[in-house]
Amino acid sequence: MKTSTLLFQFLQNGLVLLVAPLLLGWVNQCRAWLQNRSGAGLLQPYRLLFKLFHKDAVLADNASVLFRSTPYILFGCMWLAAALVPVVATDLPLSAAVDVIALVGIFALARVFIALAGMDIGTAFGSMGARREMLVSFLAEPALLMVFFTAASISASTSLTTIVETLAHRGFVIYPSMAFAGVAFLMVLLAENARIPVDNPATHLELTMIHEAMTLEYSARHLALIEWASSLKLLAYITIGFALFLPFGITKAGNWAALPLAVAALALKLAAAGAGLALLEALSAKQRVFRVPEFLGTAFLLAVLAILIHYLLGA
Amino acid sequence: MADLLTSLLPIDAAGLATLAWLALGLLGLFIPRRLITAILFPAGAAVALLLAAAGLWGLNTPTQSTVLPLGLPDLPFHLRLDALSAFFLLLLGAAATGISLYAAGYFRSLANKDGTLNLLCLQYHVFLASMAWVLLADDAYLFMVAWETMALSSYFLVTTDHVIPDIRRAGFLYLLIAHIGAIAILLAFGVMQGGHGDYSFAAMRAGHLDAFRASMAFLLALFGFGAKAGLLPLHAWLPEAHPAAPSPVSAMMSGIMLKTAIYGMLRVMFDLLDERLWWWGALMLVLGLSTALFGVLFAAVQTDIKRLLAYSSIENIGIIASGIGLGILFHAYNEDAVAALALTATLYHALNHAFFKSLLFLGAGSVLHATAERNMAKLGGLIHRMPWVAATALIGTLAIAGLPPFNGFVSEWLMLQAYLLTPALPAPYLNMMLPLGAAALALAAALAAYAMVKFYGIIFLGRPRGLDPGAAHDAGAWERLGLTWLAAGCVLLGLFPASVILQLDAVTRLLTGQALGNSAAHSGWLWLTPVAEERASYSPMILLLVIAGGLALTFLAVRKFYHGRLRRGPAWDCGYPQQTARMQDSAEGFGQPIKQIFEQFFGISRELPSPFDAQPHYRGEIRDRLWELFYRPLARLVERISMLVGALQHGRISIYLLYSFVTLIALLAFIR
Amino acid sequence: MPIAQQLINLFAALLLLIAFAMLSQRRILSLINLFALQGLILTLSIADSAWLTHQHHLYYSAALTLLLKVLFLPWLLHRLIRKLEIKWDVETLINIPTTMLIGIVLVVFAFNLALPISLLSGTILRNTLGIAMASVLLSFLMMITRRKAIPQVIGFLAMENGLFFAATSATYGMPMVVELGIALDVLVGAFIFGIFFFHIRETFDSLEIRHMEKLKED
Repeated sequence: MKTSTLLFQFLQNGLVLLVAPLLLGWVNQCRAWLQNRSGAGLLQPYRLLFKLFHKDAVLADNASVLFRSTPYILFGCMWLAAALVPVVATDLPLSAAVDVIALVGIFALARVFIALAGMDIGTAFGSMGARREMLVSFLAEPALLMVFFTAASISASTSLTTIVETLAHRGFVIYPSMAFAGVAFLMVLLAENARIPVDNPATHLELTMIHEAMTLEYSARHLALIEWASSLKLLAYITIGFALFLPFGITKAGNWAALPLAVAALALKLAAAGAGLALLEALSAKQRVFRVPEFLGTAFLLAVLAILIHYLLGA
Repeated sequence: MADLLTSLLPIDAAGLATLAWLALGLLGLFIPRRLITAILFPAGAAVALLLAAAGLWGLNTPTQSTVLPLGLPDLPFHLRLDALSAFFLLLLGAAATGISLYAAGYFRSLANKDGTLNLLCLQYHVFLASMAWVLLADDAYLFMVAWETMALSSYFLVTTDHVIPDIRRAGFLYLLIAHIGAIAILLAFGVMQGGHGDYSFAAMRAGHLDAFRASMAFLLALFGFGAKAGLLPLHAWLPEAHPAAPSPVSAMMSGIMLKTAIYGMLRVMFDLLDERLWWWGALMLVLGLSTALFGVLFAAVQTDIKRLLAYSSIENIGIIASGIGLGILFHAYNEDAVAALALTATLYHALNHAFFKSLLFLGAGSVLHATAERNMAKLGGLIHRMPWVAATALIGTLAIAGLPPFNGFVSEWLMLQAYLLTPALPAPYLNMMLPLGAAALALAAALAAYAMVKFYGIIFLGRPRGLDPGAAHDAGAWERLGLTWLAAGCVLLGLFPASVILQLDAVTRLLTGQALGNSAAHSGWLWLTPVAEERASYSPMILLLVIAGGLALTFLAVRKFYHGRLRRGPAWDCGYPQQTARMQDSAEGFGQPIKQIFEQFFGISRELPSPFDAQPHYRGEIRDRLWELFYRPLARLVERISMLVGALQHGRISIYLLYSFVTLIALLAFIR
Repeated sequence: MPIAQQLINLFAALLLLIAFAMLSQRRILSLINLFALQGLILTLSIADSAWLTHQHHLYYSAALTLLLKVLFLPWLLHRLIRKLEIKWDVETLINIPTTMLIGIVLVVFAFNLALPISLLSGTILRNTLGIAMASVLLSFLMMITRRKAIPQVIGFLAMENGLFFAATSATYGMPMVVELGIALDVLVGAFIFGIFFFHIRETFDSLEIRHMEKLKED
């Protein structure tokens, strides 16, 4: 039993690592189709990583140790985050070590490091990106926490395993509070993963960019790790969304028989979510940066409302 | 001899430690200045370590008390060491160890100013000893004596550089608010002794007050201790006094002295008063959370290093006060288990704050020492010049921003758990207030991350903004030792929360009758499970190991399969070669979004240059609106009243004698 | 809990969500669409409670709501803004996060207000009474914070939606006569507003209600 769950954990660790770039490729491909382009293909992110890992790295003259170690820390944090979310199975050994609050903490840790790295070289863009990233995060982070709190209040636990099991396996119950939480979560997901309407991953226009501005000084392997970490982050967020709002098909660690079904359900859900994300991005426009606090403030207040509704309606 | 040693109790050890501090302080008046930093401060650190050990020991022994043959004829000094005192002694000793070690290096620069260092050494150690007495006192008299000694010695420490008018002004503001607070505390004790005239804490503990008197005592104590702690609206002295004081003193005031006020609140509200009303908790919760949000918003827009840290202290004190409020609230509704959780989080946060805030103040002290610049807008790139300070300050920054696996995260995690585990209270408004409280706490924590990224990024990262970077030097050996001690504390408190909580159990059992220990320790030191494993669990060690493992794996994989090389080059200029260091975000620029979003909240005045100005000058100032809304009217009122009183003054002796005569007659008639 | 009742809770939450969405919406066109959506959800929830409680007159209410608030009034409003050639965004008097914050306070207040009433009420929908009251208050708040006349009218209509929902959840709806009367009122009100809009614009060349301050005698 013990080794079996451990095996599940390793399986998931490997799975998320491999699937994350594919998800990004799928989102980009869908977006290309929606924009009447043929697109670069599903495997483009892998090609990009391969290319970056084979390039010579250039480091700015005054880059410090912090700057060099940040890509690794970022990658480690995001890998851990994606590995402990019940992507295919609950009750993983890692998920007991990190509950939802700690999960938010891990995201925050990665964010603080990338923001500091953005400021390290001392270019105007880097510090601008860091400032905007912190601006996005100071509202997005409590919003995410409140979304988790809503789910945690319903299941009386902050452990993701218990949350998923409560939401998925106790018969079909509609939680109105989760409707609010869902909207808030979607807004946070868009903001935290540098998606339209908060950030635009496709442009390098200095007036609008946030994430790209911070990583401007990175190249080669460092950039590869950051890109990979970004895709892992997207995967982590989307699978968190599944765990909270569509917790169906997720099996329990050690249950090998249900694994194929769980993987199939995951593939299906990821495909749908990726397409939905692309559609959402195709339909909406990038907001001006100073509208972003309003967008995220709304997300935060919606999340607070979600937890209030839970207390008020008792559901 | 062996007999004496075995009969030695923690309380004796703690008492001896305070005496040792006093002796060191007195010694400082007589020995050569060179030796003060070389011997006395390290010795003071050793004494602090002893005190911390006594505190730890006291947490694991039953309550002891003793009576000293000093004090008033009727009221000798009572000393008592219970779990609450022991915990705060531990906090005091542990933080003071690091600060004293650091001070041994830091104050060396004062050695060639005559007299300053000798006096400083005396005041420094008297300050430490008086804080320990505050914690040990078991009667109102000794408590007030120690409290006033603490206030006065810290006032002298704040005004070390008294030649600067601003510092004198800051010191006066501090002294004023400290004394208004002290009067309120004195009155609180007066109410609590219940007319029996017995001012020992034992009598207050035994007595019972009706709801009105108890509430009076509570409000007075909240006001008095709140003034010392910096709760809204009595926070005004903190951002003035902390920057004025020398850095080790700022560290001590912020890291330790504010906690004595927290101790006072806990002592009065949970120990001396026998009943707690629910609205006390609600009041403190609201007050604490408003203070936290207020402090962190102001911290995010500061440009002065130490003012930023001072406002961040206000934020942390707010969080601690809200935790006490939560504890009172649950305790009032007999939900003692959750109350214990809230108080554990509170105490944990107090301990954490002592470590990371001292660390950051000391780090700021090193920066100040090396660059003689308090304005962040002139700093930058110090990570290259001061790697040691930068490394320890990074730990402090991550800890105060509440990031795992450091200590700030643990207390934040516990606090959020306390909110989440809220049982259904019989008051519907309260039930809805608590989620809002959790939201406010989460917002404050996220804003703290913003402020701290600004703090670290502007000072240590980037390129120097105009200051000659060659002048900066890294901290000396003693300073490094002090910084490392505190940084290690931040890491260890973050990695072994279950072991810390086991120690805290004695305190929460004393305060609420409940403790987390059994469930928290159930799964061993590796796991933190405050209630039950399926409800919530957190293991910082595993988290750290997994991240480190993933990191190492990635690093090795990259090393093994990577074909490229690394070369250094100039930073990419984005096709605009005229980039200068001044184009980085300044401290003010980094705070700009916060300023814009919460514009109505700050009092902002700006001077913008005209577009044709050849020498453009920009000035922006952030004012605290409470000055206009609260302090100014109060000052005007006091002035008006004193004008009225002033009418009594005529300058003629016979009229003054008449006043005395009338008073005497009135008193005689009244007493009869 | 039977699924139909859970659905009603969900609808109630969605109504509140839409009330907040209206509060934070800047565009008039989206505001009208949100209003239509609110009507639709109201219809569904009334139909659902009719099915749940076997109260047939509620079906008529549902049909009336559908006709009036989902189809007719939005169509009327669309026509109106086409005629008036309104393309501007809605300007708010207070910034939107602050409005939402006030909204949250109102929700807490409304729920506590509704608590004693819902304890008295014996219907299965009593949990939702608080939400109904909250959406009434939120619509009121929207009317207060908007500068232009049309959003104010939409706020008025949304308030009526909230009232309707409150009536359904507290007592399974009002007597048919009353409901018809209110429906007529709303209809007439909307017409009168429409006529007023034209007059206001003719007089002031704008629909900004700020201009009405000029009507005051000094």
